[in-house]
Amino acid sequence: MNATLIEVKDLKKVYGGEADSEVCALDGMNASVERGEFTAIMGPSGSGKSTLMNILGCLDTPSAGQYILDGQNVSGLSKDALADVRNQKIGFIFQSFNLLPRLSALENVLLPLLYDTREAQPQERQRQRAITALESVGLGHRMGHHPNQLSGGQQQRVAIARALINQPPLILADEPTGNLDSRSSVEIMALLHDLHKQGATIVMVTHEPDIARHAGRVLCVRDGRLISDGRGGNNPCLAREVAA
Amino acid sequence: MNYSRILRIAWDGLMLNKVRSFLTTLGVIIGVASVIVMMSVSAGAEAAIAEQINSLGANLLIVSPMRGIPGASRTLLYEDAEAIGETVTGIVGFSAEQTPAPQTIKANGITLESIAVVGTSADFPQVRDYPLAEGYYFSAADNDRKLKVAVIGSGLAADLFGEESALGQTITVGSTKLTVIGVMASKGVVGDVDYDGRVYVPIHVVFQKFMTTSLMNKDSVRTIYIKVESQEKLDSVTMQVQNLLANRHDVDPAKPDFTIQTQQDVIATQEATTAAFRDLLAWVAGISLLVGGIGIMNIMLVSVTERTREIGLRIAIGAHPSYVRAQFLLESMILSLAGGAMGVVIGIATSVLFGAFGGMRTQIVPLSIPLAFVAAAGIGIFFGYYPAGQAARLDPIVALRHE
Repeated sequence: MNATLIEVKDLKKVYGGEADSEVCALDGMNASVERGEFTAIMGPSGSGKSTLMNILGCLDTPSAGQYILDGQNVSGLSKDALADVRNQKIGFIFQSFNLLPRLSALENVLLPLLYDTREAQPQERQRQRAITALESVGLGHRMGHHPNQLSGGQQQRVAIARALINQPPLILADEPTGNLDSRSSVEIMALLHDLHKQGATIVMVTHEPDIARHAGRVLCVRDGRLISDGRGGNNPCLAREVAA
Repeated sequence: MNYSRILRIAWDGLMLNKVRSFLTTLGVIIGVASVIVMMSVSAGAEAAIAEQINSLGANLLIVSPMRGIPGASRTLLYEDAEAIGETVTGIVGFSAEQTPAPQTIKANGITLESIAVVGTSADFPQVRDYPLAEGYYFSAADNDRKLKVAVIGSGLAADLFGEESALGQTITVGSTKLTVIGVMASKGVVGDVDYDGRVYVPIHVVFQKFMTTSLMNKDSVRTIYIKVESQEKLDSVTMQVQNLLANRHDVDPAKPDFTIQTQQDVIATQEATTAAFRDLLAWVAGISLLVGGIGIMNIMLVSVTERTREIGLRIAIGAHPSYVRAQFLLESMILSLAGGAMGVVIGIATSVLFGAFGGMRTQIVPLSIPLAFVAAAGIGIFFGYYPAGQAARLDPIVALRHE
């Protein structure tokens, strides 16, 4: 297996049709992420980090350039094929959890399996996987609870279990602690650390330097370009954020 | 992808708002119920008309004075009927009929008010396919001699004489005493005519005793029924009668003062009058279905907007747009089919109740049930397609940011 999980080459994203009203969100970005890395993407608003995240999550397609995920060029795939990639290769963790309120924790975790186009496992087997996923995030005792019966931290853990259910090669976390108090944030980051230690590849967008420091690698994005690929405290992006 | 699971998702979506879902189906319920009722009422009306006309007898021509011409109701005379009987070929017989005002009848110590009296000629039972149960019908000679006899309906016989035989009894019709010589076989009520409750007397007796109003020509007849030998001869007999009567009345055959109709003509005329009613009901049904469909579309659009984030999430974690479309199409189809099913039940119940208590004959048309379901499913697909498409086209990035 190739050690590189994500590779973007000369990635461009341009919004707007007319030449003079074009907005260039990504302006020729090159980066790669190895399997097992825990990477944070930082940058001020308007830097293009959300666009990059959307493209990495196969929710959006680049205007030009290549995106190779898990050895597959996904730049030119159809909507349905992209949906399958999202389902099978990416686990999403959102800032606002995005659990379905009328489903129990267990049913929320099972949701991605519903849309898995690969050969379906028996229902009992799927349930067992969901239970295991919930137990791995420490919510084995809250499986029947609905989101409104859970704290924010617990809801985010359900969302993490949902991201893990299909055992995707990539976990994409978009401001995973943005809606959480500091105690829950610490718990969630600890959980992501555990996942990383177990070998998961995690890409996380955040604007909080404290959170970004959990990652082994921080990509700093500005004006649609990668300006720094620092590791740890000497990253200019981190430094600027700290100074501000 | 397992479609029973999408069905389950769609069902859960509807159960989220049970009252709203039910109210949404009301339009379809009313529409489908009115389709069923409309079809059963008009089928009932048509069946009643056909039965009524056919009860007149088979291969019949019906000659009546032209309506709407002043004095025309007095132009058809008994002599016309006799002339038809003598000169027209291809007929079995004729029955000239005249109906005076209802009379009071006294017999056996019993008085019955408002009994229909029908004056006929001798061939009446044969022409009208209406046999006797006992006794005999008066002959042409009896008629000419104005013999004071009567043949009574089986119901009237039972009312007046009970178990006793009516034959030979004397009944007083108005102020005229008549001897009962026959009892008709039971025929029942057809349309609004109670055949069993009438008194049949020689038409000349009617002319003499009951048509005393000065306005009337004493021997004018209301209708001449002509029984034709076979269906094939209907046209030929019609032509002969037409020419004969035009000649006798000295009118242009193109502008006669009488009409000649076959039973099919009469059925068609009667049906034309119910058609307006039926068309009105069809419009009501159609508009209810349309309004019901728009209601479904409206609620589906609201539902898509309300669940934008949910749809965004489903697409983000790998739902193909077609699954999302299927989910919302199934929701609108469940709504419309549930409305269709309830509409069928309510429509059948209403038809049965109309028939039992509404004084209206109804006949449920089996075809209307699948028709209603097809219409309901069609509405679900047609009015659900646009909202489902809206849902399927959602951009997950935008949808997930939706508040």
